[in-house]
Amino acid sequence: MGKIDIKEIRGKETKKIFTLSMENQYSCYQCGKCSAGCPSAPFMELLPNQVMRLLQFGKVERILETNTPFACCSCFVCSSRCPKGIDVAAIMESLRQLSLRAKKDDFDVKDVDPEELEKAPPILIVGTFRKLSS
Amino acid sequence: MKIKYYPGCTLKTTAQHFEISALAVLEELGYEAEELKRWTCCGTVYSLTSDDLIHHLAPIRNLLRVKEEGGNRVLTLCSMCYNTLKRANLLIKKDIEKRDKIKDFMYKEVIKYDGDVEVVHLLQLLREIGIEKLKEKVKVILKGLRIAPYYGCMLLRPEEAAIDDIENPTILEGLTELTGAEPVNFPYKNECCGSYQTLRRPDIVIERARTIINSARDAGASMILLSCPLCAFNLEAKQEAIKEKYYGFKTMPIIYFTQLLALALGLNEDKIRFDLNIVNPVPVLEEAGIMVKQD
Repeated sequence: MGKIDIKEIRGKETKKIFTLSMENQYSCYQCGKCSAGCPSAPFMELLPNQVMRLLQFGKVERILETNTPFACCSCFVCSSRCPKGIDVAAIMESLRQLSLRAKKDDFDVKDVDPEELEKAPPILIVGTFRKLSS
Repeated sequence: MKIKYYPGCTLKTTAQHFEISALAVLEELGYEAEELKRWTCCGTVYSLTSDDLIHHLAPIRNLLRVKEEGGNRVLTLCSMCYNTLKRANLLIKKDIEKRDKIKDFMYKEVIKYDGDVEVVHLLQLLREIGIEKLKEKVKVILKGLRIAPYYGCMLLRPEEAAIDDIENPTILEGLTELTGAEPVNFPYKNECCGSYQTLRRPDIVIERARTIINSARDAGASMILLSCPLCAFNLEAKQEAIKEKYYGFKTMPIIYFTQLLALALGLNEDKIRFDLNIVNPVPVLEEAGIMVKQD
């Protein structure tokens, strides 16, 4: 993960995550309950608790290099089981937003098979756009 | 008794059987669900970032319409609509600053909205009506049927939106029991199906759906009972893909809890609509001796 850099810890992006999520990443004590319950964990390049740890060091860019924020399903297991009351799902959404606001979409409707799209429920299509595109 | 009803987009498209059976069951119980004269998409997912107020407008405006039409509660069926409406409502109830901004944006609305409409999911309404009253109406005992109730996420999490115990909900088990069917407990009953990842990462949903269905089968169930139209789609529509990837995977019917109730209340097939389920539940019901085999 590279060296710890005080400038990163106090960096603009770290602050942005805080203002978007309104959650305090420093209260995480790495119990790992979020990762234990996460349905997407097997598909993630970084586990949710690793994201929390990197965030404490201001390594936002390092997190955004991985698929983790976009593999999240927003099922809120992490948030509901966190013993420190951190809304981890909100932090994941803030990370996605940081990426999406820089026009880095994770979803292009053109990649979806038109037949599949026709069968999809509206909540699925709207949900995908809302979560994975800007 | 009348109650204002917000259907949402999916109940009019891929989950028509959910709406048809739910409205029929309510009618049987003496309730009339009055669909809002004007409604829009709720936005599907609740915005989680502090500065994203614009996406709260859709759910709030729908709730404002309820008030406009003289209602003080609104009934929802879709779990995602329920969650979004419920949380947006709680937000403007507790966050005065955000409420003022949202109201200011809607300054041309005649009715002012402060979060005073109650958002109710059908399961909560049924609990209110009471298991006993439902039991009185049961005409067909669904004996011999083993069912795995599946809750998904949006009815239970986060805690502020939970309709039941967040880790060990039992409301669907209660409904299953009163029909005479046997509810089966399985460890994935409140785990995510993969949600909106279906289009972008179908591999995640295939794995999730397979795990959930196999777990229900291992626990002895022959079908899954649920409430969320996205869970229904993920668990049903992905079974073909699971079969292709995993040799020997057996399909399992996925039905809405309202279809089960409609069946137990002895309603006509046009009020149950098993023909709209992707995996046909009829063979399982025939095997259990509940439906008679038609040749």
